[in-house]
Amino acid sequence: MSLFSQLAEKPWAAEQAAIDDLHSGGEFTLPAPQVGLRVFLGFASVLFTLFIVVYVERMVFSDWHALPEPWLLWVNTAILVFSSAGLQWAWVSADKNQADGVKKGLYVGGVLAFAFLTGQFLVWQQLVNMGYYASSNPASAFFYLLTALHAVHLLGGLVAWGRTAVKLQNGLSMAQLRGSIELCAVYWHFLLVVWIVLFGLLLFT
Amino acid sequence: MAYVAPAPAEVEEVELYHAHSFITKYVFSQDAKVIAIQYSSVAIAIGVVGLVLSSLMRLQLGFPESFSLIDPAQYYQFITMHGMIMVVYLLTALFLGGFGNYLIPLMVGARDMVFPYVNMMSFWIYLFAVLLLVASFFVPGGPTGAGWTLYPPQAILPGTPGSGGGIILMLVSLVFFIIGFTMGGLNYVVTVLQARTRGMTLMRMPLTIWGIFIATVLALLAFPALFVGGVMLLLDKVLQTSFFMPVILSLGEQLEYGGGSPILFQHLFWFFGHPEVYIVALPAFGVVSDLISVHSRRNIFGYRMMVWALVAIGGISFIVWAHHMYVSGMNPWFGFFFATTTLIIAIPTALKVYNWVLTLWKGNIRFTIPMLFALGFIVTFTNGGITGLFLGNVAIDVPLSDTMFVVAHFHMVMGVAPLMVIFGAIYHWFPLMSGRMMDETLGKIHFWVTFLGAYLIFLPMHYLGFLGVPRRYFEMGETNFIPASAQSLSAFITVVTVIVGVAQIVFFYNLFKSMKSGEIAEKNPWKAASLEWQTPDQPPGHGNFGAELPVVYRWAYAYGVPGAKEDFVPQNLHPDEVGEAGAHEASEE
Repeated sequence: MSLFSQLAEKPWAAEQAAIDDLHSGGEFTLPAPQVGLRVFLGFASVLFTLFIVVYVERMVFSDWHALPEPWLLWVNTAILVFSSAGLQWAWVSADKNQADGVKKGLYVGGVLAFAFLTGQFLVWQQLVNMGYYASSNPASAFFYLLTALHAVHLLGGLVAWGRTAVKLQNGLSMAQLRGSIELCAVYWHFLLVVWIVLFGLLLFT
Repeated sequence: MAYVAPAPAEVEEVELYHAHSFITKYVFSQDAKVIAIQYSSVAIAIGVVGLVLSSLMRLQLGFPESFSLIDPAQYYQFITMHGMIMVVYLLTALFLGGFGNYLIPLMVGARDMVFPYVNMMSFWIYLFAVLLLVASFFVPGGPTGAGWTLYPPQAILPGTPGSGGGIILMLVSLVFFIIGFTMGGLNYVVTVLQARTRGMTLMRMPLTIWGIFIATVLALLAFPALFVGGVMLLLDKVLQTSFFMPVILSLGEQLEYGGGSPILFQHLFWFFGHPEVYIVALPAFGVVSDLISVHSRRNIFGYRMMVWALVAIGGISFIVWAHHMYVSGMNPWFGFFFATTTLIIAIPTALKVYNWVLTLWKGNIRFTIPMLFALGFIVTFTNGGITGLFLGNVAIDVPLSDTMFVVAHFHMVMGVAPLMVIFGAIYHWFPLMSGRMMDETLGKIHFWVTFLGAYLIFLPMHYLGFLGVPRRYFEMGETNFIPASAQSLSAFITVVTVIVGVAQIVFFYNLFKSMKSGEIAEKNPWKAASLEWQTPDQPPGHGNFGAELPVVYRWAYAYGVPGAKEDFVPQNLHPDEVGEAGAHEASEE
């Protein structure tokens, strides 16, 4: 039922009461953690969007000098795509109850996420070696800030990933694992999209 | 028509966390009720610090030469800390972390919040944020004196008090506050959406929950702006980036900053700052609706419109922010737009005020302490709202900007008014939380001194503003345009402030004494219909509802139902037990 029609209900009326008494209470069929993750993704989207808005606002000032784009960023992007694909593989396998696929997918996804973070760190080092400090130009300051923020979100995801991996090691059943794997996969896809948007922003400005 | 019971009214049980030791039960507790009390205690404690700061500032303003308690630098620091503490660390934390945690699970019929561990973390991170804030009083240079808006460039430059460790701690504390709040906020939203008990549709929820719910959504959308502004300002301070910092000469030397835009920070700050007003106001609107309904024994007038108004106010609050920036310089059309949206927000707000008054109309009004505070809120909020219409208009705002008129306005509308609701709510729900009643005589003394005192403080302050007395001035000195009598008025305000401040001791005495030896409260002492009063134990135990979760059969405002045994029908009372057979329950509007 749409939100608008719900807001039009007359809770005091007898005919509405007959309908309401059957209401199970929950708003969505998704389990609470899935709803929670989506609310959080909403929050994170607002956060990144605001950063992007400020980036664009700041860019128009005359002191803005675009950064070079190290080729390593392309490699990192590819790694993150494969990391996300790994978790998707785990999710699909969990749906099909294939323990082997879950294990491989989860490990591939996690290890590649670590590889991505390492790669990002190397990019930072390259830029610092070239003399691009946070204080030297707003463009480089934004680059460090946005990549760091994205990395922190990914690190948070890796904590959840680690807990899922421990559960897998402890031999929990597919049914018990499925929820956690789905959460990780959805979060990874979100961070991939965020990264592609951020990377695009850096490339085109 | 006889009631036909729906299919077996079973409610799916949830796995509940159980504490095994004192530490996990009362310290690192995952029970929302304990977390609520932890949140409230910390918020009120830091609020008392804010109150003391305001008295020190008032002593300086009222008697500039007599007390040498503070110097100009401290005056700025106290303004800043008073503002930030009251708005963010007291009101936001108390309404959402305190009342939200206590009331959401109980009022929607849940055993606990959906993510209890995250909920616990939320409190501890909040406590850490508060400790960081307090720590800034003890670093060299003291806390920041940048004003609660923390505008760059002055916020982080030497010359502003506390521009070293003070501002850094302030910004880091805010970042932690936002992280902690987000954890709590996820809980409030998802619990309201997913953990309601059977029969509890969205439109059967009490308005308290609607207010807290919409406010939490606002906070989740608005706090990111403060986060972005705070982090970037922190980098400007610590790493010498120039996000917000323009080219600046300081003591004849050009600083390394350049090219940034201070106005950009102002937009970010107020994109958070204006919704923040409603993050505080919406829970107050919700709570006061319930107080008025219960204590006048009438269903709330226009329930649906009350919900729509909450949603509408929440939405519009995101497109009014630049009315705080009329004097920062903007395109006149921009100012016109924001003036228009600002005035539009008065429509749903006025609608709420009418509905509160219409609920009282022909109600069986009981002048209990919660009711007194609720009535005090309506009057105060209306007063503060009306001066908001002055300030929302660019042409009137410009001369009144940065005068005491603005100070009086926002203290009425988002200081005194929400505090009225907080006090009312504490007197109202204290019996539920402690099982005892608070003393009525002391409560009345507390109410009248606070209520009348607030008016004696803030009504004359509007007048000072009209005279042109500026805000944020340590001492007026002599001017050619402000009469000497303004100083006498200022002294009067200070005397009343001290009296009202000291009168809060009556409240705390009442609170602690009643907790120990107050009269034992009968079950559901106010005869309220909402779910939180229908728990098997009072105060409710772990898991809230005993062996079985309640099933809800009606909205939370079934007062004066024809044919019912009592003048209220609890939400979870089975229709067969409501009254004599044949009595039809639903009261048409």
